Amino acid sequence: MVRDDPPTRSDAVTDLILQGLTLVVSALFVLGLLGAVAPSHARGMVMATTAAFCAAGALAAFAGLAFGDGATTLALPLGPPGASMLLTLDALSGVFLLLLFISATACAVYALDAHEAEDTRAMPFFPVFIGAMALALLAGDGFTLVLGFELMSLASWATVLARHEEGASRDAALLYVGIAAFGAACLIPALVLLSPANAGFTLSFAAMRAGLPPEGWRATLVLALVLLGAGSKAGLAPLHVWLPLAHPAAPSHLSALMSGAMTKVALYVIVRLLFDLAGPAQPMWWGVPLVLMGIASAVLGALRANTEGDIKAILAASTVENVGLIAIGVGVALIARAADQPTLAALALGGALLHALNHGVFKSLMFLGAGSAQHGGGSRELVRLGGLIHTMPVTTACVLAGGLALAALPPGSGFASEWMILQSVLAAPRIGGLGLQILCAVAACLIAMSAALAAAAAVRLIGVAFLGRPRTPLGSAAEEAGGPVRAALIGLAGLSLLLGLLPGPVLQLIAPALRLAVGTGMTDRAGAFAVTASSASPGYAAPAIVVLLGLGAALALLALRRWAVRGHRRGPAWACGFAAAPAWLPFGDPLTQYGGASFAQPLRRALGASLLAARERVDMPRPGETRAGSFSVSLRDPASVYVFAPLARLRGTLARFFDGIQFLTIRQTLSLMFAVLILFLVIIAAVEASGWPA
Amino acid sequence: MAGMIAFGVGLMAQILHIALMLATAPVAIGFIRWLKARLLGRIGPPILQPWRDLLRLARKQPVLAYNASFLFRAAPVLGFAATLAAAALVPSFALGMTTAQTSDLLVIAGLLGLARCILALAGMDVGTAFGGIGASREMMFSAFAEPGLILVIFTMALLAGTTNLDAVAGLLREGTLGLRVSLGLSLVATCVIAIAENGRIPVDNPATHLELTMVHEAMVLEYSGRDLALIEATAALKLLLWLTLIAAMFCPFGMAVPDDGLLAWPMGLLTWVLKMAALASALACFETGIAKMRVFRVPEFLGAALLFGLLSAVFLFVSTGFATGGG
Repeated sequence: MVRDDPPTRSDAVTDLILQGLTLVVSALFVLGLLGAVAPSHARGMVMATTAAFCAAGALAAFAGLAFGDGATTLALPLGPPGASMLLTLDALSGVFLLLLFISATACAVYALDAHEAEDTRAMPFFPVFIGAMALALLAGDGFTLVLGFELMSLASWATVLARHEEGASRDAALLYVGIAAFGAACLIPALVLLSPANAGFTLSFAAMRAGLPPEGWRATLVLALVLLGAGSKAGLAPLHVWLPLAHPAAPSHLSALMSGAMTKVALYVIVRLLFDLAGPAQPMWWGVPLVLMGIASAVLGALRANTEGDIKAILAASTVENVGLIAIGVGVALIARAADQPTLAALALGGALLHALNHGVFKSLMFLGAGSAQHGGGSRELVRLGGLIHTMPVTTACVLAGGLALAALPPGSGFASEWMILQSVLAAPRIGGLGLQILCAVAACLIAMSAALAAAAAVRLIGVAFLGRPRTPLGSAAEEAGGPVRAALIGLAGLSLLLGLLPGPVLQLIAPALRLAVGTGMTDRAGAFAVTASSASPGYAAPAIVVLLGLGAALALLALRRWAVRGHRRGPAWACGFAAAPAWLPFGDPLTQYGGASFAQPLRRALGASLLAARERVDMPRPGETRAGSFSVSLRDPASVYVFAPLARLRGTLARFFDGIQFLTIRQTLSLMFAVLILFLVIIAAVEASGWPA
Repeated sequence: MAGMIAFGVGLMAQILHIALMLATAPVAIGFIRWLKARLLGRIGPPILQPWRDLLRLARKQPVLAYNASFLFRAAPVLGFAATLAAAALVPSFALGMTTAQTSDLLVIAGLLGLARCILALAGMDVGTAFGGIGASREMMFSAFAEPGLILVIFTMALLAGTTNLDAVAGLLREGTLGLRVSLGLSLVATCVIAIAENGRIPVDNPATHLELTMVHEAMVLEYSGRDLALIEATAALKLLLWLTLIAAMFCPFGMAVPDDGLLAWPMGLLTWVLKMAALASALACFETGIAKMRVFRVPEFLGAALLFGLLSAVFLFVSTGFATGGG
């Protein structure tokens, strides 16, 4: 694999943009401090400044992708003793910075209108969180990467705790901080294993690229550690259990950032380490674990999105699904690159990066819409929402635009990127090998199932929360969101529709990132109107589909105008003989409509019984008995049963063991310390003798 | 100049194709109803009865529920538009129409999914139990139908190297791919999926008026008058679309290609009508001979399609030497 521009080449435009981005990141950290000390009336000012800096960051990242060339590095006058931290901007970081700052700008604008107590509590962490993510994306060495990554985890952990008076929030935060520590414990050794001896204390990326790529057991260990460390943060199955708990617990604009941007930072780490730093010559099977984890995440996430009852938990589960789809694309790209099929690798990685960008936009949109619905309707629970389309038409229209992308339907943005990922899976069997071919068939089949499940989840979310009749008096008196919230929603909805309409130009924009990772861009296959899977065959033309849809609608309207009667009458709902609602219950009994649990019932029975161990318990009193009937559903994610529960038991066992060590006699304690010292000396001697990591 | 003429011919074929699909979709429904009636020993309604029903409904004002929103009113038009866009992409009598470059199988599946989601949302809009039951069951069926469909597309992509329906049909029409076991298995899978997608017996009964067994009819229960006319027309168009899709994917013989000029059109039209009649008759016979199944049996029914789709892909891997690493 030949890189057509070596990442150390410096360029005036990129230099300038990197300096600008460094200023933005520093400003965000300062704003975090200001947010902590500012009096309450000045906090809106801090938030507005954050929004302005994020917008500047988005513009800089866009300019870097559009006009920048090559990569550039900046040494900071900070860092561990005797070393300085490096910031590097290249096309790959540029793509992720763009999606981070777009999402962050919208979230900051949304937060201008936030009035709830936990929003104020979480306020200082918001700019720090964005700054930390940008730092991780800009990192030019292992130290900065881990610093940014962990700062990001800590800042978001604080926001998960924003509603700390609720037990569920505290549990979610505990699990979350455990996962964050686990991620660091995996990523640091992975970076050390990737580094040659001369990488210095900060483990600079340039030295990793210059050194020999890892081989043998070291390469395998690097892959495992990266998948565990970054995969747990991204929410890849089976390490996704914390995500649908933690993401919804934070205030909505922070949930939006966590789902839309933070999972992408983790995916960026996977792409950076496996494609760039681990060198181009890795074996083909490297992509297989990613594809498998991606498939599991896609199906489990999409299914759980159909069973959750909290609108933000639905969206978080759908994040697991989308991260899985991106991971499938990344995995197929790794396989294709190893098989020396750069065009296929570019298609797969292009689909993955495009989906990351699209998901960053539409998931932020959906979370902000959910936050708006929560504020207007007074609840996050499907059982307490409903009928918001009448009282909150702008929010509902924006959520519908996001739902189009979430459900991966043409001409939404999600369809274009899933189309590319599916096309790469359909083309991958040509690489050969029966195992790979069967894997591709299974992957294609399950991607389709997860897409259909995502569509069902989108219909359920919108149909129950926004359509139908209000389920509570509070919900019937909901008010439309305020100006900043509407602006954020409309901006994101417009951007999401635009991304769906123009996948080709976006692919042109991210082509330098593809060249960096797999050696070739999609430039010959991404036109202004159509995206094609191979240069020989026609592809997907979003504008043509929109024109066809418009013509179809025009034809229907014309035919109605010509042959049909005008006007309509209003009456009570028919429903095979539904009576008109009485005056004292103007919307009828809200429980006579389908709710979240009832909508999920067919899928819960057909798929949930086997995949989620769904059990329904119906207790129906016999005729004449006066006690109340009851119905309960239990669901268990297999990952929490088979992965997290054993880990929790292991933690308990270890804790009891170490608890015992506390009560040793003085002689035993001293012997133990002596033994540990000897052990460390032996390890050092062994490492010295082996000559590693020279 | 030659390019202009080719474009003109393609556009004419496209317009004729859309007009033909719109005009004959209710006729196909009428034919199936008539044949089913004959098979049951009844005289049956005239074949043009669905057209008369549509015109009669169009002359009636719809009654909207008090709390029906703008989505409910827009859904019939949007659903029709999505289905018509999909129908425009499926070649009936001629290949090389104007939309040939975009007639991707995944896009067709996506547009049908869009129409389904729009109707499901409309079913939820008024907030009645029937709308919800129909919408939730329809979405569950799709979760089992889509994987089967994608495996059929997978097989086609392996055989033809593309997912473009026009290109796939062109290759199959030339007969270079030969007769394969995989195609037979895919055909079975596609037929099962088509039955489910169109809500035909045994998955759903389009003629039912027993509320608890309804799926598609429950979803659109609140519609009346001219809105219902549009929805019925959409359903008819969808059935004809699926029959045409099966014909184009598995039996593209007799279709006109651009090189043959206009003279091949009559032959293409004739073979298309014959193919539609054959498929519609097969559907009528199948529906007459089988009973509707319980809702929770449908996943098993669609699981059969999934199995056939997977088998067709595996057969292809094994039979064509893909497995040996060639390709």
